[in-house]
Amino acid sequence: MRTIQGVGVSAGIAIGAIRVLDTVDHAVERRVVDDPKAEVERFRAARDTAVNQLKQLRDRTAAEFGEGKAELFDTHQLMLQDPDYVESIEDLIASSRVNAEFAVNSTAEQFAAMFAAMDNSYMQARAADVKDVSRRVINVLEGRRGSGAQDGDGDSHIILAEDLAPSETVQLDRAKVLGFVTAKGSANSHTAILARTMGLPAIIGIGDGFDPADDGHTAVIDGTSGMVFVDPDEATLTEYQGKKAQYEEHLRLLQELKGKPTETKSGQQVRLYANIGRPSDVTAVLANDAEGIGLFRSEFLYLESEDYPTEEFQFEAYKEVAQKMGDRLVVIRTLDIGADKQVGYFNLEHEDNPALGYRAIRICLTRPEIFKVQLRALLRASVYGNIAIMLPMITSVQEVRDAKQILDEVKTELRGGHIDFNEHIQVGIMIETPASVIMADELAAEVDFFSIGTNDLTQYTLACDRQNPNLGRFADPHSPAVLRMIRMAVEAAHRHGIWCGICGELGADLELTDTFLEIGLDELSVSPTSVLPLRNAIRNH
Amino acid sequence: MSQEFTFTVSDPEGMHARPAGLLVAKAQEYQSSIIVTRDGKSVDAKRIFGVMGLGVKQGDEVTVKVQGNDEVKAAAEFEQFLKENL
Repeated sequence: MRTIQGVGVSAGIAIGAIRVLDTVDHAVERRVVDDPKAEVERFRAARDTAVNQLKQLRDRTAAEFGEGKAELFDTHQLMLQDPDYVESIEDLIASSRVNAEFAVNSTAEQFAAMFAAMDNSYMQARAADVKDVSRRVINVLEGRRGSGAQDGDGDSHIILAEDLAPSETVQLDRAKVLGFVTAKGSANSHTAILARTMGLPAIIGIGDGFDPADDGHTAVIDGTSGMVFVDPDEATLTEYQGKKAQYEEHLRLLQELKGKPTETKSGQQVRLYANIGRPSDVTAVLANDAEGIGLFRSEFLYLESEDYPTEEFQFEAYKEVAQKMGDRLVVIRTLDIGADKQVGYFNLEHEDNPALGYRAIRICLTRPEIFKVQLRALLRASVYGNIAIMLPMITSVQEVRDAKQILDEVKTELRGGHIDFNEHIQVGIMIETPASVIMADELAAEVDFFSIGTNDLTQYTLACDRQNPNLGRFADPHSPAVLRMIRMAVEAAHRHGIWCGICGELGADLELTDTFLEIGLDELSVSPTSVLPLRNAIRNH
Repeated sequence: MSQEFTFTVSDPEGMHARPAGLLVAKAQEYQSSIIVTRDGKSVDAKRIFGVMGLGVKQGDEVTVKVQGNDEVKAAAEFEQFLKENL
């Protein structure tokens, strides 16, 4: 097995035989012609044929992918009709008595060099377009069918090529092509964009990993991770067959469930949200049709910085997520470091038992200057969408009151500075300590919502360190003790007219979906890829 | 006689392949010659490689000179086209 890392530009998994496409510019022969006039005529005829092919390609692309994608081939036609281009070719034939193929190739090189020398990366990439259209004319002259058209025969296969021109990509026979891998290319190329439109897994930039001798060998390609496995071993093959089935199931569910309500057969509705760790995860949230974000862990802002992140830096991150989610709720959890998440510049003292130590809200309440920076950023971002603030590791009513006091101080400062924020921003707490469950009635009177962090709630309820791999059966989140804790929190929330959700891993556990529905959870927030399977389970309840 | 006007490109990507293609196709609708000049370099608006080779970016000012039988109509329409597409 050979493993190659490329750049995934179009998601999906393909498993099949490799077919190497001969798209490398093969050397064009230089010949002396006896009759330059006839050779010019030969060129003109080939050029006209190529323009007609582009017209057909244009119409086909417009029908399959839309006008926007087709316009590129209008520009390609103009290139073949450009008087400077045509004159250069015809002059070469007449003056040097060379064959048309050679004249076209030389002119293409010259025009491509002009683009390559421009100080604009977009224009530099147009060198490939010049070569693409010129190759088409040469193929006609040589009576060769274009590389993209040669795929009509044989079994399904994965295309492996040095590079693929956009025109070659759209001509790939989608019934036969499983995906493609190229040595060159860029993620912004037309080819990558077309691959995504066609729903074909695609990987570019494998560089030296390209080997024409792989023709006919079996390969596994993963367009999400950019991995290519040539001659995969049994374990890899099995693993990726599983992933492929999972991905296809995902697509099927998406097709079937996108936009559908998360509702049981008897009409009980559950809000189905997603958990994220950074702004870029919003793409996956939207792709999986989550109804909101139930947990945005703000730790990444601290873990990935060398020093305390500034208000502006945090504001931009929260704003980006809020804007992308529009009206949909985005619950942002305030600073939750300490325990297993350590950050150097906080200078936290070593603790023998950090899970029971100085972490999360405890840091915020003793170092309000750090907490205030985050709260200011959150409030300022709140006007760009539907943000809610969630406080972690709460064990007492006093902690909530202290945190709200600090929040009120920040609000007063903002009002004084005439800075807008959402006056009605929801404030909720994580339910992840036994103390918070026992005090749930009193806590519910203080906040707008509860969200249960099942990992920590399991750890603290069962006295099982979540980092200890040897506790196995003792650390069972299905334990009746944990489930009863969840029920107590939900019942207290409902007695006080607030909503209660789960934002821990347990929310996605399909074995417990029935139990959660019976308990009456209002919201479940899970990883983006778990959203659709969970919606499916709830709709079948 | 000829018609002349200046135009500032506001398209963030400048005169890239798609608008350049549209511009050339539009210019070809007229009999008049249409010459686009930027920074002293002039090209024929009916030739795609010339237009793309000009490397016009956002904020660049170009001068357009139209000369021929239909120059009044061509200049007015071409200016309108540039405003809408670039």
